Amino acid sequence: MSKFKKQKSGDLPAVNTASLPDIVFMLLFFFMVATVMREDELKIDNKLPNANQVEKLESKNKLVYIYIGKPSAQYQKTYGVTDVIQLGDKISTVEEVQTYVNTKRNDMPEDIQDEMMVSLKVDSSSKIGVLTDVKQELREAMALKINYTAKKGDPMRNVKQ
Amino acid sequence: MAKRSAPEVNAGSMADIAFLLLIFFLVTTTIEVDSGIQSKLPPPVPDDVQPPKIKQKNIFQVLVNQNNQLLVEDELMEIGDLTDAAVAFLDNGGGEGPAGCNYCQGAKDPESSDNPDKAVISLVNDRQATYNMYATVYNELVRAYTILRNRESNRRYNESFEDMYTRYKEWPETEKETPEYDKLSEQIDEIRDLFPLKLSEAEPQES
Repeated sequence: MSKFKKQKSGDLPAVNTASLPDIVFMLLFFFMVATVMREDELKIDNKLPNANQVEKLESKNKLVYIYIGKPSAQYQKTYGVTDVIQLGDKISTVEEVQTYVNTKRNDMPEDIQDEMMVSLKVDSSSKIGVLTDVKQELREAMALKINYTAKKGDPMRNVKQ
Repeated sequence: MAKRSAPEVNAGSMADIAFLLLIFFLVTTTIEVDSGIQSKLPPPVPDDVQPPKIKQKNIFQVLVNQNNQLLVEDELMEIGDLTDAAVAFLDNGGGEGPAGCNYCQGAKDPESSDNPDKAVISLVNDRQATYNMYATVYNELVRAYTILRNRESNRRYNESFEDMYTRYKEWPETEKETPEYDKLSEQIDEIRDLFPLKLSEAEPQES
């Protein structure tokens, strides 16, 4: 009988938390696998347009990113309010595009250099002028495979706001 | 000496460590994969090379002005009608004899394109137009090609071009030596050749 009496005495038993690490680890692994590290810190507004003729971009190591857009609020004092180009982490001029692309290409393993693709992430409200200049530079640099990065969605939403 | 059991390691802080890592990955995560419209730039043209002559009727001119208005073949057009107009132009097949097009189902208007291989869409943008408009126009023009490719692919292989292409892209890496894969890749090339994407962007003009 004493077996039963024993349970009544004492405080509320603590919840066993031994399996908590397991649960957290499970979450951790999920996020580790699903993670894509943010490539560059954006200093510009970059809202991509919608499009439905999109293809998924292949492996990241073949991609070179070029961003175009207006400087975001805290950088407007330094860089003004017109559209600018961001290469890697810093705001750059059109003339630097060729050097940047060539450097990136040389950093790639030899066998995939030909497959390099330039991903153009252009803010949807920016003017085409800058993009046209960048494309001319890319032609000069013989980086001919490009990609207008866009969100998958209805393109008509771009024009009717 | 009596045998003593080894003292248990305190695992209480394990959760804290895991949480720390978890939060780090949570913050740095961007789950979505980028996607975009593929395009190819023409190689730089040497100054002394004259551009090839293309008959006026084989050119489909699309113009976007600084107010984001769309001018197609000298007429104002709503963006929603652009794809249909482009399809009608590409699919026209107005040529005669060897320049004709036996798989086209268009109006066979002699004033419009001869065949999809000769038909060129020319896209001209004002520098002040917005990227929004540009992306939409570009997307709609590519869609015209996709519609035609799908139609032809459905007719020949009972499968839309997009499905075929997805299958091609997602083919397991280990089975790429099989005849099925080669056949699929041949079919895709064939459909592509029937409606080659000829989207030309004008050289920017000094203004």
